[in-house]
Amino acid sequence: MSRQANRGTESKKMSSELFTLTYGALVTQLCKDYENDEDVNKQLDKMGYNIGVRLIEDFLARSNVGRCHDFRETADVIAKVAFKMYLGITPSITNWSPAGDEFSLILENNPLVDFVELPDNHSSLIYSNLLCGVLRGALEMIRKLRYTANT
Amino acid sequence: MEMLEDPETGKKQREGRRYLSRAANIDKAGPPPNLPGSGACHESPEKEGGASPKHQWKREWAGSRLGIGGGACPAGPMRTLGAERLLGTGGRRMADVVLFEFLHTEMVAELWAQDPDPGPGGQKVSLSVLEGMGFRVGQALGERLPRETLAFREELDVLKFLCKDVWAAVFQKQMDSLRTNHQGTYVLQDNSFPLLIRMASGLQYLEEAPKFLAFTCGLLRGTLSTLGIKSLVTASVAALPACKFQVVIQRS
Repeated sequence: MSRQANRGTESKKMSSELFTLTYGALVTQLCKDYENDEDVNKQLDKMGYNIGVRLIEDFLARSNVGRCHDFRETADVIAKVAFKMYLGITPSITNWSPAGDEFSLILENNPLVDFVELPDNHSSLIYSNLLCGVLRGALEMIRKLRYTANT
Repeated sequence: MEMLEDPETGKKQREGRRYLSRAANIDKAGPPPNLPGSGACHESPEKEGGASPKHQWKREWAGSRLGIGGGACPAGPMRTLGAERLLGTGGRRMADVVLFEFLHTEMVAELWAQDPDPGPGGQKVSLSVLEGMGFRVGQALGERLPRETLAFREELDVLKFLCKDVWAAVFQKQMDSLRTNHQGTYVLQDNSFPLLIRMASGLQYLEEAPKFLAFTCGLLRGTLSTLGIKSLVTASVAALPACKFQVVIQRS
């Protein structure tokens, strides 16, 4: 149903406040709809995934980033190009596993949580879980692309 | 049924467009506005008084013509004080607009899928949930405006603020036109509404369009609410991606 609008490499920016506020309203609504935090977390991840699989197309079309040769490069692109482009922040990359297949992204200034306070009864809510879903969706698409290219 | 007279051509137009379903007007997640019991169609401005003359709809402003010899709108500053705040200029962090568009689409999909009742009753709930979320966001946006912005001289100024500054902050463009009958009803027209652009153009997916407008209706209603104006906002789509938002001021 959706059709990619042809925007070329031009990017339009808005104040991240609107995004933050909308996200907050969404999480609030999900907390009302689902009885426990675990379900909300799952829902956020799922929604993020759906966003991620489309976001990656937008990213590839606009960023002119070439193929990453290894996972470390991927991490760099995510933190320094993608996050910068979409959220205006650059998280830091730390905590590499010995095998080099796992790392952590630390967001010092997460725009999603601006002005947000979690009440005590939502201690297991992963507020920013949408981001996890987005990353998961986007990376899964890349992996699929890679497979296709190799066949 | 009230006929809208186009001031430019004098031609009258029948209300043959699709409106948000009647139900969407009635239940809101936010404080429910007191509906005068009329249906989804155009709120008749005649409800206020008794015998009413034919209302002249004045085209208050054609957004795209601003700055080029003016339009119907008396010259005013292009942006008000609150604009920097809303637009994120002046050192505030910027996000890519695509994120908001994708998030909005996902929200519509999510809230639609959730509802077990696919009939008109179910639709009503989903639309009002989306509208309620927009309302909260609109309120919060309004609350972030500096005090000076709130000193509007009259109601029309508030609507112009919505059309120029708020619309530019949220959708990176101004509303294309604003019409009013000076009796508390305003029609805001956007000829290429960003949240509808990706969908299609023309008549395809007309059925789906209301879902994509509910949040924005709430946003307008919420911002107006913070600015001290109680209203009812509905939207209609004749052909994507153009749509009209109808704001009816509720005077209690």
